[in-house]
Amino acid sequence: MTPADSDGDPTAEGGHDAVPATGVETGAGAGKRRSWPLYEVFVRGRRGLNHVHVGSLHAADAEMALHNARDLYTRRNEGVSIWVVLADDITASSPAEKDPFFAPAGDKVYRHPTFYVIPEEVPHL
Amino acid sequence: MTQLATTASVPAYVLRLADDALILAQRLGEWSAHAPELEEDVALTNIALDLLGHARMLLSYAGELLGGRTEDDLAFLRDEREFVNCQLVERPNGDFAATVARQLFFAAYQCELYAALGESADATLAAIADRAVKEVSYHRDHAVQWTLRLGDGTPESHRRMQAGVDGLWPYTSELFESDDLLLALVAAGVAVDPVALRPAWSGFLGPVLAEATLTVPETTWAPSGGRRGLHTEDFGLLLAEMQHLHRSHPGASW
Repeated sequence: MTPADSDGDPTAEGGHDAVPATGVETGAGAGKRRSWPLYEVFVRGRRGLNHVHVGSLHAADAEMALHNARDLYTRRNEGVSIWVVLADDITASSPAEKDPFFAPAGDKVYRHPTFYVIPEEVPHL
Repeated sequence: MTQLATTASVPAYVLRLADDALILAQRLGEWSAHAPELEEDVALTNIALDLLGHARMLLSYAGELLGGRTEDDLAFLRDEREFVNCQLVERPNGDFAATVARQLFFAAYQCELYAALGESADATLAAIADRAVKEVSYHRDHAVQWTLRLGDGTPESHRRMQAGVDGLWPYTSELFESDDLLLALVAAGVAVDPVALRPAWSGFLGPVLAEATLTVPETTWAPSGGRRGLHTEDFGLLLAEMQHLHRSHPGASW
């Protein structure tokens, strides 16, 4: 849906200039009603671990996305830190290019750290 | 203070705190499956569940002090005039902006209240307040975020947010009223003096409302009476919905 399809000026929504005016998924199936942009949510379970993608949600802006993520994805004490990223800002590899992208790595065993003995005391490997 | 005075007045005070939390939880629960977005549905019902948790702890404690009454007895088997919640929490949800305004006013009050109540001479109350203050400060933050966005958003969202503030503002004065029961318990170090909470409450709200381009209505109308069991017309319907299952099927459980 282009901004011209929607009723009114989408830049006026939300305030604080936080709602992107273009390139935002507007929920074309929802008729004239504009929907909030989609955010991807990453949660770090505890210190020392990486943030892991846990899902996505809609929110009016990034700050609200953080709040919603807290309610939706850390209800059971899952996290110590949350990142939210506009889904449209993520550049992803295409599933169709899977082979040229990833297959060449398969037969290069010297790239894998399989020649080391890892002590049992080392966590998170 | 004599032990006799304590046994009579502490449960009455605990019931006020409990009823505020219980009735607001019930009101917020009405948003379940009706909020503007799925995410907000979860946020509002999460807040409702937090408040219900506080209400359960407080009702259980009140029931214990009253002698052998359970949280269910107090929640489901009291009649309208026996509830001592403030009228602000029983006001109908209205639109989303009105709910946000009610949340802003009440969560800001609860933040100050529970922070002070953490110092109460009553160890149980202090422990409950210590636990609740973290949750209500999140409720306050949620309401602030929405107040800023709706107040300083589109002309329509501003109009609705201002209408919510205007409609609910008169009910906030009841939060800061004192009476004989409170004076006695404040003197005993058990209760928080609500009059003393008002400057901090106003000091918090002023900048938020200003940033949200909202104005405080000039009104002298200050409805009151919730602490004495006087409630608004809509409260009976709320109680009917909340209590009918328990009263129709006593002892029903999942």
